[in-house]
This record gives sequence, structure tokens and C-alpha cells, in this order.
Amino acid sequence: MNLRMKLLVVPCAALSFAGGVALATSPEAKPEPLPRHVLPASKDGNLVLGLCDGETSMEVPGVKDGQRLTRAQAITATAQLMDDWRKKNPDANWDDVPGPVLAQATPPAAKKSPPPAPQPNPGAKSSGNDVRQGGVGAQTGASAVPQQQKANLQTGHTYGAYSERDEQVWADSVQAAVKEGHRVFHDAEALGGTVGVSCDMCHPDGANTHPETYPKYQVQLGRVALLRDMINWCIENPVRGKPLADGDPKMRAMEAYIYAQRKGVKLEYGKH
Amino acid sequence: MGNKFQSIETKHYAEREAFFEGLKKLDRRAFMRVAGISAGIVAGMGKLTPNSFQLVNVAEAQGEKPKFSFAYISDTHLYENKLNDRFVRAILKAVDDVNALDPQPDFVLFGGDLAQLGQAGELKLGAQILKSVKAPIKMMVGEHDWFLDMGELWRDLFGAPNYSFDHKGVHFVVLNSIHEKDFWTERKLSPMERMKIVAGLDNGIQSRFEVGAEQRQWLQNDLAKVAKNTPLIVCSHSPLYKYYKPWNFWTDDADEVQALLKPYEKVTVIHGHTHQLLSNRIGNISFHGMLSTAWPWPYAPEGLPTLTVPMNRADPFSQFDGCGDGRMDVLESGLVDKLYNLWQRDPITVRASYLGSNGKQSAPPKPKLPTY
Repeated sequence: MNLRMKLLVVPCAALSFAGGVALATSPEAKPEPLPRHVLPASKDGNLVLGLCDGETSMEVPGVKDGQRLTRAQAITATAQLMDDWRKKNPDANWDDVPGPVLAQATPPAAKKSPPPAPQPNPGAKSSGNDVRQGGVGAQTGASAVPQQQKANLQTGHTYGAYSERDEQVWADSVQAAVKEGHRVFHDAEALGGTVGVSCDMCHPDGANTHPETYPKYQVQLGRVALLRDMINWCIENPVRGKPLADGDPKMRAMEAYIYAQRKGVKLEYGKH
Repeated sequence: MGNKFQSIETKHYAEREAFFEGLKKLDRRAFMRVAGISAGIVAGMGKLTPNSFQLVNVAEAQGEKPKFSFAYISDTHLYENKLNDRFVRAILKAVDDVNALDPQPDFVLFGGDLAQLGQAGELKLGAQILKSVKAPIKMMVGEHDWFLDMGELWRDLFGAPNYSFDHKGVHFVVLNSIHEKDFWTERKLSPMERMKIVAGLDNGIQSRFEVGAEQRQWLQNDLAKVAKNTPLIVCSHSPLYKYYKPWNFWTDDADEVQALLKPYEKVTVIHGHTHQLLSNRIGNISFHGMLSTAWPWPYAPEGLPTLTVPMNRADPFSQFDGCGDGRMDVLESGLVDKLYNLWQRDPITVRASYLGSNGKQSAPPKPKLPTY
């Protein structure tokens, strides 16, 4: 379990502890009440945590009921709760992503069709003037996309229901990354170089970087290399700088720039 | 990481070293026998031996004899030594190479881009290093030498950037082909900003190279005194043809210059700037690109002259791969055999007969790998 995972279990566990049933008794829905997760009392008056599966619980030694957990204690406790849960559910096909954890806080509702999407009012004027001509704003929502695109499209999905404006925003974001990559690629100082050498000196327009061949076995390194490994090799050797971390914005920008230069080239990973 | 894995080029280089180390240990008689055998094999295959210079003459004895030779060093792109010693070591290697030539070349042509950013420290360092070349030096200017002070210091150090001379029946012309139209005044660029823009290949800001009307007129006047059957060798930094405009592998008034050279029977143009093996023939004019000592450039995505036998792509892990210097053997006919002395590989010769026959004869070996 990674750190992020653990942290996301914390609110879940805390919620469960603070009164796990409160959610189920929302005044509006009033379906059958959820099974109550009764936490066992601690003999020593320690804090007891319950997992949002409704059955797993644990005592936190050294913390009295009502005391706040420290960050470290919370991480340890939630990690243990998750371990317990995974032991109980060995076939759970658990993805180490944070998303489903919160979703499990409420048990699935009875199977029901999704509510019909609100019909757009073609006569209504958009109030926002920050919306691009022909675009769809937050006011009109995803359901307006088919109308805008004048197509007979399926409704009822939110994923994929994006507007031209969304696409424009995304394209601009990518372009900004590529542009930053162009800057770093052409600037020995930004690369952290110490000998005045920048990437473009050997690779005009990113030529001879062939990003479409990575990952590949790099004989000289004796292992499989990603494009970023080769970028770092160049930074360390001809450029004589310090290698960048994987998440370094400069590394990410340079990858964006180099790939952008090879748009449309066939992907041939492993090619020599 | 240990050095357990070696590139093929590195292994080859080690084997080559070992072979010649072994040769040194032979006594004279054994050496002559080995040399004779290998020269015989080489002559039979029409190839050169792995060694660059000494045994080449044997192979050449099959074809036309060279009248004289001159060597070249090009595109050294020096920074000051305290900033970057890598390119300094490379030019020193080239100087050692040409000084080791036996027989010595008649002169050494320097192909331009001595400095990286045209700074006084860079140009003076280059001038100092080139003083240790034994043969006389013929200098050519490159854009990296020029655009900081518009050639002021370069002219102080080396004289006029365009000149001509006669040598053993061949008329040589050296041109300054790196003039650009003013892109800096309107943008209010400082000299260093201007220099840095010119120093990059892949920017659309700078103008394209040109010889310029004034120099073309000078060339016309100069050639007026030369008989049409005199072999001409023209040297310029940028290629005097149009290869790839976005990277300034391009001379805007190349067609006008070629028109001036057209009436001559034997014309060879030698250029620097492109850092790669490059062979071209337009009409009766043969063009050869020179190797750089600093770094090799990839071939441009389009516009590569069809007679170019491209070089295998360079090993990025080997500093000197794809770099080198070379030699031009001027044949009795006045045409030129061009030897690329690649530092980490077998040398490659592009013969006059290869270009003269439009690629039908004596084609250099093809590369094994795609050049990307």
C-alpha cells in the first residue's frame, strides 16, 4: 500500500468511526437502514477504529478514546485496517488507486436507471461570457454537447462529454508543456549544464532522439531504457549537469517537446 | 555502473587499436609482409584498410594518382577552456592527426566555426591552437565566428574572409558565405542575442545565408582571370546549394554562385557547417561536406542530396563518434578524392569517379543502420 492510499483511508475510517450510519439515514432517501457497524469497546479505554466495510475494526494502543491521532499513528492504523481487509478479501482484485475507497463509504443503492438527463433549453441564453463561441459551459453541462455537435449521440454519460472549449483548454495546456520543453531543450542553463552545451546543438528540432523507439534495451547502459533515461544520460554526459528526477517539471516538459516533434511517427518500441 | 557493456563501435575501436599496436611490434621485414598482404587484399576488394593514412596510397595506385593533398579541420565550436574542455580536446586531436600525416599535406584548410559564440577568448584560443599545425593554414569563416562583432576580431586575427590563390595548377577560392540579412536591428537585439540566434539551427528568426551581391561580383572578377580548363576548388562554410532551409543548411544565392562556376570544366566545392558526410553533384560541380570535430549533426528530414552515402548514425555514448577530420587528394585531372577520417570508425573515401559517374562507380560502402 502506498502512502497516498493510506492517507485516503483515513477519512474513510474516521467517518465510519464518527457514526458510520449517519450517512445512511439521510432524511430524503429513507430506504432500508444500513446494517449497523457496532464497534467493540476497548477494555483500556483505547480508541477503536472501524473500517468502512462495516465489519473490520481495531484498537489503537496508546491513544485514548476522544484523543486525536497523530499523522503517523493514523497512517499506521489505517494501513493495518487495510491489511486486515485485504486478508479477508484475497480475491478482491484491488487496484491500488484511491478512487474506489470513498465510493465504498456508501453501499450501492438499489439498481435503478439513472435519472433522465435534463433537457437543454435551446432558447436559454448563456449567461457566461467566458465561454468560447459555440462552446458548452458549466451552465449548460454535458448534455448540451450532442446538440452543439449536431449529432445523434448517446446521452446519459458524463465521461467523454466534453465541449470544444474543453478540448481547446486541453490542447493549450499540452502546448504550454511542449513550449516549456522547447525552452529547456534550447537552454544550457535551464538544463543545469556546466559546459554551455544544450540539447538542440546535437538535436535540432529534437532530431535523432527517436522517442518512438523507447523503451528499448540500451546496450551501453546494459538495461532497458526509457526516453527519460536517455535524456538524463545526455544531461549527465555531454551537458554535464545533474540528472533530473522523473517528476521534475523540466523532464516532463522535455519529454512533451520531444514527443511533439515526432507526432505521426509509427510507434516502434524496442527498435534499434 | 561498470563498463561491462560496450558499444559495437567501442569494441571495433579497441580491436583496431590492438591491431596497430601489434603492427608496431613486428620487425621491419614482418611489417612489410603484413602491409603487402593487407594492401593486396585491400586493392583486390577496392577498399581501404582500417588504417587511415599510410596504406591508402596502395589502393589509390589502382586509380588516378594524386597530384597533391591538403587536409582539413572544421567546425571546432570552441568555448573557452575553463568552461568546456571537450571541444578543445577534439581540436587538439585533429591537430595531432594532420601533423601526423606522412607525407605532410600542402596546407590545412580550416572550414569555419572555430568559436561557438564568437567571443574573443574562443577565437584567440582557436588561433593559438592552430598555430601548432605544421602545414600552412587556410582559414575560412563560419557564422559562429562572425555574428557577435560582425567579423571584426576574426578579420584582425586571420585577415579577409574571402580570397583566392593558385596552387600547383589549381585555382582556389575561399568565400564568406554566411552573410545574413539584418534581423536584429528592428528587434533591438544585443550582439550576444544576435549571436545566440544565429548559433542555433532550429529557429526561424535568423535570415538565410548568402554570399551576397558584392562578393559575387568579386568572385566574377576573380574568375575572369582564370582559364576555363583550370581546375577550380571553391571553399565556403555553408553548402553552396539548397539542402534544408529550416536548419540553414542552405545558401540563398547558391544558384547565382553556381552560375558563375558553371563555365569551368572541373569544379569542386568544399563546405563545412553541416557536420556530416555529404556528397552532391549539380551539373559539373562536385560538392563535399566536411566533418566536424565538435559533434555530428543528424541528416535533415528532407533534401538530402541523392549522391550522399549517409553515415551510420553516431553512437551517443562515444564522444568522438561521427566526428573527425580529413584529407582531400587533388588528382592529376584536377578533381578531388575526399577522405573522411572518422575517429571511431573506418575511414570513408568519396572518390572523384563516384561523383563523376553520378554514383555508378566506386560507391562508398552503405551504412548498416538507419540514420534516423
